[in-house]
Amino acid sequence: MSVTEAPPAPTPEEPRELTLRKPSTRKRLIPYWLLLPGILWLVVFFVLPLVYQASTSVQTGSLEQGFEVTWHFQTYVDALREYYPQFIRSLFYAGTATILCLLLGYPLAYLIAFKAGRWRNLVLVLVIAPFFTSFLIRTLAWKTILADGGAVVDVLNTLHVLDVTSWLGWTESNRVLATPMAVVCGLTYNFLPFMILPLYTSLERIDGRLHEAAGDLYATPATTFRKVTFPLSMPGVVSGTLLTFIPASGDYVNAELLGSTDTKMVGSVIQSQFLRVLDYPTAAALSFILMAIVLMVVTFYIRRSGTEDLV
Amino acid sequence: MPVLRWIRRNLVVIAGLLTLAYMILPNIVVMVFSFNKPKGRFNYEWQRFSLDAWKDPCGVADLCGSLSLSLQIAFWATLGATALGTAVAFALVRYRFRARGAISSLIFLPMAMPEVVMAASLLTLFLNMGAELGFWTVLIAHIMFCLSFVVTAVKARVMSMDPRLEEAARDLYAGPVQTFVRVTLPIAAPGIAAGALLAFALSFDDFIITNFNAGSTVTFPMFVWGSAQRGTPVQINVIGTAMFVIAVLMVLVGQLIANRRKSNARN
Repeated sequence: MSVTEAPPAPTPEEPRELTLRKPSTRKRLIPYWLLLPGILWLVVFFVLPLVYQASTSVQTGSLEQGFEVTWHFQTYVDALREYYPQFIRSLFYAGTATILCLLLGYPLAYLIAFKAGRWRNLVLVLVIAPFFTSFLIRTLAWKTILADGGAVVDVLNTLHVLDVTSWLGWTESNRVLATPMAVVCGLTYNFLPFMILPLYTSLERIDGRLHEAAGDLYATPATTFRKVTFPLSMPGVVSGTLLTFIPASGDYVNAELLGSTDTKMVGSVIQSQFLRVLDYPTAAALSFILMAIVLMVVTFYIRRSGTEDLV
Repeated sequence: MPVLRWIRRNLVVIAGLLTLAYMILPNIVVMVFSFNKPKGRFNYEWQRFSLDAWKDPCGVADLCGSLSLSLQIAFWATLGATALGTAVAFALVRYRFRARGAISSLIFLPMAMPEVVMAASLLTLFLNMGAELGFWTVLIAHIMFCLSFVVTAVKARVMSMDPRLEEAARDLYAGPVQTFVRVTLPIAAPGIAAGALLAFALSFDDFIITNFNAGSTVTFPMFVWGSAQRGTPVQINVIGTAMFVIAVLMVLVGQLIANRRKSNARN
């Protein structure tokens, strides 16, 4: 600790290197050598696969006779025509889960950053600890929690909440499991930590004196939050929503475990086309459309919120 | 109404604790149901208390095999991703070179891509190359998607490092290797450790990419997924609970040691 806390030395006026000679070739190559293995790995196992997939998506043929590139773009049109409900559903579920994560996660991040005091580390551990149990096991636990005739369903029933949600089409006649609500609930649960941690990081950086200053200038707590805290936490909001929305839009675990055939998301379709139906061109086209949509949403969103230095 | 006023004043705390409860609830259910004795094949309904599963955690065929396979893959993936990622992070922070922006985007892209897209495209590559799906293809995939997270974690730490410390070491006649080993590496260590920990967690718990690229190899998450269709043994909950308890204990012990050190340093 003592090393990093050394008092800042006065910056010297003279240039650091007295003799400006060209660094040797060996030295100039150091960054490239450092980059080479990692970047090569990403090029071969991330970029190249995308190229292969692009080519597969415009191939026609069959498993027996092999596939050939025929620039058959019709696959995209057919895939969209057949599976657009799953696309819309995925974006809708992922969007809803993201908003819910923000609404649920913000108070908790705020609590950890400003109110927890000496409990801060404990609460942080409690936020991260669920990670250590495989997320599939935890998602299966929701089957028990939301089970028909279970405590949660009973309470929601007595409060007539389920009547409202059924009317909205989120649940079906006194059931929560195997409905859109169960899937969104699972998605929200699974991606909450990805929202809370960036939010916490950006909230924690806020100088407490800014709150005092706002108070001194007669701002109510609500105004302080609206004009000071929330704007300053925007980087966390942006990266948190992205970290939630992106994986949620491609997820199929929650839809398969907690949903029914009526709640299938596009991830499920890609998975079954690839691993069961073995219709590679359609699967590749679907996956490309999903990628394009997500990249478009991300770019648009980052532009709009004006934080381009996320990486 | 004093109660209402109290609720109003502590609204944030109440809402935050409710969220925390929502996040912890499934873990409690997993824990409680590890003591269940289910009637049928599925462990979703409480029947009666039993210690059977705890006495025989490996009593289900293939369960412990899949667990050990997952641990092995996570270990090697962590090692690979940390080595490659740390080098990339250092290059990105410390050097100016051409194509820096492009490389930064290349690092960012895997994190901004739905997992299923990476999984499907990687499978396309492996099928085209005629690679045999199994341990190696899973390991390759895991190193690939863990890499970006390691780079981000290490980069953050290296960026906040004071370059004058290294200059001081050089002024004191330390060679480049000595400077790196004795000064740079120890300061960067927390970032590298954070990246490695993240990589291990991501790899161990990965399902979607593994499911596409594992062939007939069964990792622990894949075992759980399969059991969700065939019948969930109580042993899954036992392992989930054990991992949770071990991890929390490790964090607590680490915290304790850090506190002890801090108070020692103060005295």
